[in-house]
Amino acid sequence: MAGAVNLLVQSHPINSALSLIVVMGSLAAEYLLLGAEFLAAVQVIVYAGAIMVLFLITIMLLNAGKEERTKGSRVATLIGVPGVVIGAVLVAWTLLYRSNMQSVPIGALWGAPKDIARLLFHDFLLPFEVTSVLILIAILGAVVLASPPEAVARGARKDG
Amino acid sequence: MVPLSYYLVLSGILFTCGVLGFLIKRNIITIFMSIELMLNGVNLSFVAFAAHWHALSGQIFVFFVMVVAAAEAAVGLAIIIAVYRTRETLNVDRVNLLKL
Repeated sequence: MAGAVNLLVQSHPINSALSLIVVMGSLAAEYLLLGAEFLAAVQVIVYAGAIMVLFLITIMLLNAGKEERTKGSRVATLIGVPGVVIGAVLVAWTLLYRSNMQSVPIGALWGAPKDIARLLFHDFLLPFEVTSVLILIAILGAVVLASPPEAVARGARKDG
Repeated sequence: MVPLSYYLVLSGILFTCGVLGFLIKRNIITIFMSIELMLNGVNLSFVAFAAHWHALSGQIFVFFVMVVAAAEAAVGLAIIIAVYRTRETLNVDRVNLLKL
């Protein structure tokens, strides 16, 4: 949580990204406590590894410096902060005092990777395959969007 | 034994931090990171409920959310690079024209 607050306070994007890595790591620890060790590993590999490296590379590539304050940001701060804080307090109060939730055991190891794999490749096989197509489309789109416009035009001419 | 509501409150706090960053930040990369923070908050509540109800499909849903987040991050960062190439800025207030 301290990492999440730090993400908001820091004005330099690199510092925000590093505190986001802290958040991802502590979330992986939470998943371990909840007995989801497969998800903890995936969280570390995919989020803290792949996505954050992508973010850092983009920050360095674009040479992002300190962000400047503008009028729009002040308006958003004035209206947004009180509303968001009120909403958060309401949700927390409702969850803590108006619900009779039981406790969950720490480290309950029932989510073994074997069971997850059986579920993933039997019951959820079609969504799993659809996500592979989605990833492929995302990769193609990212390459087309990130390559310079001249290169795209040259490739189109070569094809047609 | 940890009460389930603690996990839900933590997830709500993470989501709120994401919304707050989305509203007050002007740097497009930091806004993108706030979106990732929101996704993570929702993931935490998914896992907490899965542990509570002893249903593994919650974890499968978190897996799919992660996949979609990875795809979204790749495409979004490519869009950010394309925007920076044409506008030479990362401030969202300066990006106010669809066509230059």
